[in-house]
Amino acid sequence: MSVTEREQRAFIAAAAADARVNVELETEGMTLNIGPQHPATHGTLRIIARLDGEQVVAAEPVMGYMHRGYEKLAEVRTYPQVTTLINRIDWLGSFANEVPFILAAEQLMEVEVPPRAAWIRTILFELSRLANIALFLGDMGVQLGALTPVFFAFRDREFVLNQIEAVTGGRFHPNFDRIGGLKDDLPKGWIEETRGVMVKMRTFCDELEDLLMGNEIFEARTRGVGVIPADIALSYGLSGANLRASGVDWDMRRDNPCGLVYDQLDWKVWTHPDGDSFARYWVRLQETREATYMVEQMLDGLPAGPVMAKVPVIIKVPAGEAYVATENPLGVMGYYVVSKGDLGPFRVKIRSASFNNISVTPWVMRGVYVPDVITILASLYFILGDIDR
Amino acid sequence: MGLVESGKMPAPLTKLLNIGRKYSLWVYQWGLACCAIEMGAAFGSPRYDVMRLGVIPFPASPRQADLVVVSGTVTDKMVPSILRLYEQMPDPKYVISMGSCANCGGPYWDSYSVTKGIDQIIPVDVYVPGCPPRPEALLEGIVLLQERIANEDMTARWKGDPIVVG
Ligand code: SF4
Repeated sequence: MSVTEREQRAFIAAAAADARVNVELETEGMTLNIGPQHPATHGTLRIIARLDGEQVVAAEPVMGYMHRGYEKLAEVRTYPQVTTLINRIDWLGSFANEVPFILAAEQLMEVEVPPRAAWIRTILFELSRLANIALFLGDMGVQLGALTPVFFAFRDREFVLNQIEAVTGGRFHPNFDRIGGLKDDLPKGWIEETRGVMVKMRTFCDELEDLLMGNEIFEARTRGVGVIPADIALSYGLSGANLRASGVDWDMRRDNPCGLVYDQLDWKVWTHPDGDSFARYWVRLQETREATYMVEQMLDGLPAGPVMAKVPVIIKVPAGEAYVATENPLGVMGYYVVSKGDLGPFRVKIRSASFNNISVTPWVMRGVYVPDVITILASLYFILGDIDR
Repeated sequence: MGLVESGKMPAPLTKLLNIGRKYSLWVYQWGLACCAIEMGAAFGSPRYDVMRLGVIPFPASPRQADLVVVSGTVTDKMVPSILRLYEQMPDPKYVISMGSCANCGGPYWDSYSVTKGIDQIIPVDVYVPGCPPRPEALLEGIVLLQERIANEDMTARWKGDPIVVG
């Protein structure tokens, strides 16, 4: 369905609901409340949908059920304590949350990170991407009524979590990144194990490609559903795989690696021209596979040396402002840190990807059918902590 | 259940009933934040596999559930919905509070929007500490709850004053 056609349908549906033009097939307007506790919204998002029969006339996301006040809390924590908090914004790829904040603080302090630390940071960054997106790949099946893929996802995700745990000591919230480098070096034997895990993750991708992408029902329910054209995606500030699935070739890892080592690797940014739910799934699947190759390259090229630069024991960040954004699993995540020379930041503004990604829902859900609401929500892939913060 | 209501439940029957109840817990998953993923790993993943403990994690509605696992950060905006769904559960019902956030506010102990402990609004049977607790910890919590159920006197529970909430 083309965009204009879709717009037309939405318009007709709205007119029918409001003016009752459609007397012959009159359907009663109805307001459907999805959430805040609903398995399909992975978390506590609430969608208020105005329906005309099976068609959505207007949908409005209601946020704030998971608002925990990170920005305010960061003002009363010291710099090392802030990482403990911001781990929990996007809880599936926790390590990736720490990196932009630490990079911003390092920019202010003008600390040079040893190369080994930068490499290990990038490895862990990509591992958290794997842990995050693996769950999406399985979960999308559940939303469409196929329960099997999520068991695969949970099974194989455990291997990645094991690797993260072996380095950082935490399955979920590592709190491992420090201003000036990392807390520790890699444990013995870790590199070989990780190689094995990367092979497993690729097998996982192949399995899902077999299970879902070739599946007729899956294609029927995702192709042409929730089309977001490139200009709309850009104007709503979408980022990450959602943007690339609309055909926009934009990846912060390539365009602005700022402190991470993506520019020294050989990899490819995947895009898809369609902009529908299927494209979003496809792009994420390719990215998962690409990430495994990236990790392998980084394991090969890992330089020797220390993992921590010389920084004072009590960290005071000089006055100034810095904004650093990286390409997190969900999209662009940025921290705007204002320091007044104290132990803690004066103000932290967090730009999280899901907030923008979800803001497109009122636009994209006009005129779709009720089951497609779930497909679109699942394919936009958001994490509530990342929306509400 | 006339026996239970009249308070004349013979001990062997109580034991039998309790064994039945303890191995057929239907869990309503109230996943709120990071802990929900660990709960998902405990309930949905092949590695931890909660069903071997006789726990069935897929009731469609709280009206079919015996146990609710509140996992994650409870915010003040969320509390009314939690209370409402808890009240919809049929008695006897149990609550597991999973994670520091649900226990006491966790890392957000000084946040303006987070409820510091779910036990302020609903009675909690088992607290599982951790941020997030490992899936094994949740499984242990369930085993502890099962022990508790096994030693419960149904008639006492029935005769006791209704649990006042709110
Ligand atoms: S206890 Fe920790 S892991 Fe669990 S929801 Fe709270 S912050 Fe997240």
